[in-house]
Amino acid sequence: MKIDHSLPLEYSTEENRLKILGFWIFLGAEIMLFGTLFASYFTLVDRIGSGPSGKEIFEITPVLIETIVLLTSSFTIGLGVHAMRIGRKKAMMSFFVITLLLGLVFLGVEIFEFIHYVHIGAGLQTSAFTAILLSTLGTHGLHVTFGLFWGLFILLQVKKRGLTPETANKSFIFSLYWHFLDVVWIFIFSFVYLKGMM
Amino acid sequence: MDFFDRFAIPHPSLAIYASMVAIVLTVIAIVVGLTYFKKWGYLWREWLTTVDHKRIGIMYLISALLMLFRGGVDALMMRAQLAVPENTLLDAQHYNEVFTTHGVVMILFMAMPFIMALMNFVVPLQIGARDVAFPRLNALSFWLFFFGAMLFNISFVVGGSPDAGWTSYFPLAGNEFSTSVGTNYYMIAIQIAGIGTLMTGINFITTILKMRAPGMTLMKMPMFTWSSLIANVIIVFAFPVLTVALAMGTLDRLFGTHFFTTNNGGMDMLWANLFWVWGHPEVYILILPAFGIYSEVISTFARRNLYGYKSMVASMVIISLLSFLVWVHHFFTMGQGALTNSIFSITTMAIAVPTGVKIFNWLFTLYKGKIEITTPMLYALLFIPLFTIGGVTGVMLGMSAADYQYHNTMFLVAHFHMVIIPGVVFAMLAGLTYYWPKMFGFMLNERIGKITAWTIGISTLVAFMPMFFTGLDGQARRMYTYSESTGFGPLNMVSFVGAIGLAIGFILLVYNVYYSIRYASRDISADPWDARTLEWATHSPVPEYNFAIVPHVKSEEALWDAKKKRHILFQGNYEKIHMPNNSGVPFIMGSIFFIWGFALVFSLWPLAIIATIGILACMAHRSMEIDHGRYISVKEIEETETKLRGAK
Ligand code: HEM
Ligand SMILES: [Cu+2]
Repeated sequence: MKIDHSLPLEYSTEENRLKILGFWIFLGAEIMLFGTLFASYFTLVDRIGSGPSGKEIFEITPVLIETIVLLTSSFTIGLGVHAMRIGRKKAMMSFFVITLLLGLVFLGVEIFEFIHYVHIGAGLQTSAFTAILLSTLGTHGLHVTFGLFWGLFILLQVKKRGLTPETANKSFIFSLYWHFLDVVWIFIFSFVYLKGMM
Repeated sequence: MDFFDRFAIPHPSLAIYASMVAIVLTVIAIVVGLTYFKKWGYLWREWLTTVDHKRIGIMYLISALLMLFRGGVDALMMRAQLAVPENTLLDAQHYNEVFTTHGVVMILFMAMPFIMALMNFVVPLQIGARDVAFPRLNALSFWLFFFGAMLFNISFVVGGSPDAGWTSYFPLAGNEFSTSVGTNYYMIAIQIAGIGTLMTGINFITTILKMRAPGMTLMKMPMFTWSSLIANVIIVFAFPVLTVALAMGTLDRLFGTHFFTTNNGGMDMLWANLFWVWGHPEVYILILPAFGIYSEVISTFARRNLYGYKSMVASMVIISLLSFLVWVHHFFTMGQGALTNSIFSITTMAIAVPTGVKIFNWLFTLYKGKIEITTPMLYALLFIPLFTIGGVTGVMLGMSAADYQYHNTMFLVAHFHMVIIPGVVFAMLAGLTYYWPKMFGFMLNERIGKITAWTIGISTLVAFMPMFFTGLDGQARRMYTYSESTGFGPLNMVSFVGAIGLAIGFILLVYNVYYSIRYASRDISADPWDARTLEWATHSPVPEYNFAIVPHVKSEEALWDAKKKRHILFQGNYEKIHMPNNSGVPFIMGSIFFIWGFALVFSLWPLAIIATIGILACMAHRSMEIDHGRYISVKEIEETETKLRGAK
């Protein structure tokens, strides 16, 4: 395998460059996926049947925690990639661990939020609105969950194998994924929660 | 017994019992055959674990042909039922199931894999690459498609087939009106295959953008590669919409949500919209690669370079954009206002313009060409007039006011068959015949091939032209029978005759394969059609590494100019070649997806959870695995090359 040392490790082989481009295209598909969910959300948001509306169930505190935690995790993974670029394996791993822990907190709060919704009678089956709300949030949440496992596996590999073109490439792609989830969350925060609470 | 009751067929009939027996016998025959000839190892090593784009292409091809016959049997049953008024061959329920599976199988499990077959086989060769960007992912795509198709296909013997149409409109497809598990199969099997397709899209865009031979700029790519690129871009943007729609449909059916129901705020029209936001681009995913095949075939056998290369590319780009802006034309009659309908009428008619540009480009390529009528060319020449009928009637349907008359009549059925059969199916048969020597090292018999093409061409007209007339007279689609007094009888009988003609045509195709395997000469050159693009610059059949030396491209028609203008394609010496290793994981993951899907269809939750864990375990395994591929040494390359050259 030819390694081009003028490029950052994650771009240094042809295979790595292919993978990064492929992942960007995948993110294009993910944008369509979440785009469809958002379009459906706006279509169904007022169709609450006999269930509650967003205004009645949204609470700002957990949402704010989730937002802050997730935004911070996007920042820390950025730091992690930076550390990786300057070859500091320890620092990189620490930032990734912090990122994943923040992700875990996010997920915990989200699960708590879901349980709360079900308790106050806004379950999956209540109305078209609750269905699309929980599906949109849930799809994002599942992505985060998947990301936690994925990130963990990458961490193990970095620990064991050090910073090689492969592990750097995986870590970098994972950081793209994580940033993307953050962007989606910003849309959820603005257009689902804030708009819903107004 | 309760547990097993759910797997029973809700509406059994003699034909279904007979098929059950046939399926069991076939499976036994295959198992016994493989064991007897000791072929299990061969099957596993050479095919089930392969990551070679050519072999994956061939597996797509075989699956597509099998599905063509499955869908064809459905079609014959429908035409037989309608051949005479008040027929009782099929009852209403069976008729519903048959037209549903016919539509799904033909579009998603026949036309799509056929296109994937040609794309897989041809694109890397056309751009001078060694494989696709992600060979393993490519294998996974195939196995997801395959197991999705299998899951769909067992529906009629286990639990019952879907019966709400290939469009599966809600509320009909909801639990209230579709009580069997049939529609679960629809939602989940298509989901599995669709994820595979999405990954193919990502794979091929990356391949085409990044792995072209040196010198091949975007505007020097062969037209089939261009059409594949555009089709894959549409895939990446259209399929996620289907993913979401199917997921919502699944939630509605399995978990009692209210996305598409008619109470608690549910909105049935949301399904129709999402379905067609995917569905219309989908028809262009099918037709664009078909157009690409025609471009290759026409310029090869008119012995001229393609007229209007740039306008061909531009029209495809425009089509890909417009294809996302016309979906409402599928339900003009379902309650939007006049303004919305008018806007979508205009976008629909606009899409006929770039399509027309392409037709004229082919005509201009033919004009003054030295036309040689081979079988692939015959399909292309039949395509132009027949497809035009389909296209023009499409524009008629696109006028929203007039569509109130045509919608959901046989006129519509005639339209889409006249675009899909001459457009897609003829192209696939042309591509099959054209690329056969590259795939297998011998040619299909030309005489039988031409008879087949004429049989299929004429039968298409006989089968579908009458529907335009009965449709205008008011024969509705998806009705299992009609009364004598409607007067639809004779024309439907004509259609039935056409359907039989089509069946004969496809049998002739199979006969041709058999005949050519037995009698065709194996002593053919690498370039038997005197073609113009890179795939013909390597041996037939193609060695594993495609090209011993990576070609250098200077023009659009690299091989033609190498032949005529003495461009040198291959320069330099052999170097060792890096190739990916085979892997069993894609196949295993596909099988687990099958189990997962089956578990969901029947709401077998523990099994579903186990399968989900299995899928995740495969991913984890893939993540931790170290696999640097392997190298083919210069010596091996030399040996292969001398052997292949000697065989020429
Ligand atoms: C010249 C371009 C085309 C135009 C203007 C056009 C227009 C239309 C319209 C307006 C309808 C809906 C009619 C109705 O439901 O009343 C329709 C249906 C359909 N078209 Fe086309 N079409 C074109 C090309 C194609 C092509 C190239 C394909 C496939 C390769 C295709 C496949 C279909 C299918 C499958 C349906 C019916 C779906 C269903 O309801 O089951 N069309 N077309
Ligand atoms: Cu359409």
